[in-house]
Amino acid sequence: MTSAPAPIKAKLRVGDLVFSRSAVFAGSMILVTLAAVALFLIVQSIPALSATKEDASILETNFWEYVGPLVFGTVWAAALALLIALPISIGIALFISHYAPRRLASVLGYVVDLLAAVPSVVFGLWGIGVLAPAVVPVYTWLNENLGWIPLFSGTVSATGRTILTAALVLAVMVLPIMTAICREVFLQTPVLHEEAALALGATRWEMIRVAVLPFGRSGIISASVLGLGRALGETMAVAMVLSAAHVVTFDLLTSVNPTTIAANIALSFPEAYALNVNVLIATGLILFVVTFAVNAFARWIISRRKEFSGAN
Amino acid sequence: MSKRIEVRDLNVYYSKFLAVEGVTLEIEPRSVTAFIGPSGCGKSTFLRTLNRMHEVIPGARVEGEVLIDGNNLYDPAVDPVLVRRQVGMVFQRPNPFPTMSIKENVLAGVKLNNKRISKSDADELVERSLQGANLWNEVKDRLDRPGSGLSGGQQQRLCIARAIAVSPEVILMDEPCSALDPISTLAIEDLIEELKQQYTIVIVTHNMQQASRVSDKTAFFNIAGTGRPGKLIEYADTTTIFSNPSVQATEDYVSGRFG
Repeated sequence: MTSAPAPIKAKLRVGDLVFSRSAVFAGSMILVTLAAVALFLIVQSIPALSATKEDASILETNFWEYVGPLVFGTVWAAALALLIALPISIGIALFISHYAPRRLASVLGYVVDLLAAVPSVVFGLWGIGVLAPAVVPVYTWLNENLGWIPLFSGTVSATGRTILTAALVLAVMVLPIMTAICREVFLQTPVLHEEAALALGATRWEMIRVAVLPFGRSGIISASVLGLGRALGETMAVAMVLSAAHVVTFDLLTSVNPTTIAANIALSFPEAYALNVNVLIATGLILFVVTFAVNAFARWIISRRKEFSGAN
Repeated sequence: MSKRIEVRDLNVYYSKFLAVEGVTLEIEPRSVTAFIGPSGCGKSTFLRTLNRMHEVIPGARVEGEVLIDGNNLYDPAVDPVLVRRQVGMVFQRPNPFPTMSIKENVLAGVKLNNKRISKSDADELVERSLQGANLWNEVKDRLDRPGSGLSGGQQQRLCIARAIAVSPEVILMDEPCSALDPISTLAIEDLIEELKQQYTIVIVTHNMQQASRVSDKTAFFNIAGTGRPGKLIEYADTTTIFSNPSVQATEDYVSGRFG
């Protein structure tokens, strides 16, 4: 009988130590920053949550009445943008991954990525200067011919600066990330399944329907939700394009439009004082919660298909 | 419904690289033909030219003619999609569609071909195809379960059921048993024996015992060296190839004295 050998102890190397400490530091910085922001939002918001119009001049009745239309506008604009951007980005992604010749595909991929590099204020300028005037005739046509659909009813805005225009600008802005994710997922479709479909006599489109889209479904969902998250928080483009009112309406073409939380903060903050500041910060807290919920949902979907972790 | 295949002077290219050179052979209807040869000799590549799956790879093309009952597959007027509906294919690794149930997998090809099919016809076709693939008894109680939940051998038979559901003339099999255990392999070999009553079957295999067990005729492909094109060395009755081949290289290969 011999006594058990002493367990071998790993030698502590300076390099390992430095690396592990700095990694822990970097990781905890994220938590600290997030906690600081959340703390700031919550502390500053508390006085506003119970405020009434006597306390803050920006309110008409109380805080919740104030934030309601803003939440609606935020979600409505983002949902419209998503509705426009999703089919287009799936189309672009399919074209890049399955239709375009290889050289054209890589050029297109770069162009789409380049779109992501355009600052949002530029998109805002483009929205006011180019898009809004350009869409007025289209809106007039929609209103005259499809006015019986509630969405297109009402008096058409003469400037074109409506929620639909804002949604179009937002759609262009979320397009790059959504296209990039969809493209990555579509490219990962196993060749085996594509060939199975082709060998059964599938055309290119049928092959995509049978093999590529079912495989990419969860990727498409996570692309949508990340796009939605981005659209929810976008400030400048909406603030510049939209001629905003404080309403809840589904009309797309009129000059009375709901605004979004982020745009409202940007536009109202410079003139805010006293408790009005807290009210605006509290709306920021609401936006934080909404966006956080959307992103958490996206993470949850992505985590169900781990191989797509490159998508975020 | 099975058809004769004639290949005349076929050269197969990947872009500029000549992968298979000068193949001429005839395959009889209702027979099993095996392609054997060392890795990289172009037998799979050649097989894929018989239903125009070869050209799915960018830059791939062929020269020469492949005639099925006298019609050239590579005629410019021929739609490759229609060719593939006539010439089915089973791949090396079982590839049922993962998001579809067993039943949907069997019907995938029929639904693609844009045929409207009544529920009773569909049920009957599913049963007939799965029975044709010797899988019915194993899966009849779970037709709505995902096809990817089956064992490898069952998945491969599901793929065969999917291929025969569209009533092809010819079935191509690209090493269908190389990912399977011996018992599943035996099941597939028995199935091939039955399928040949109705279909023309061409099978690529690395397993020479398998070739000698299942095939009527055997084609031996070889390659002179890396970067050189693969060639058809000898094509004859399976018994001849394995007992009395006329070319020395064939004898070396089938007797295991190769390389």
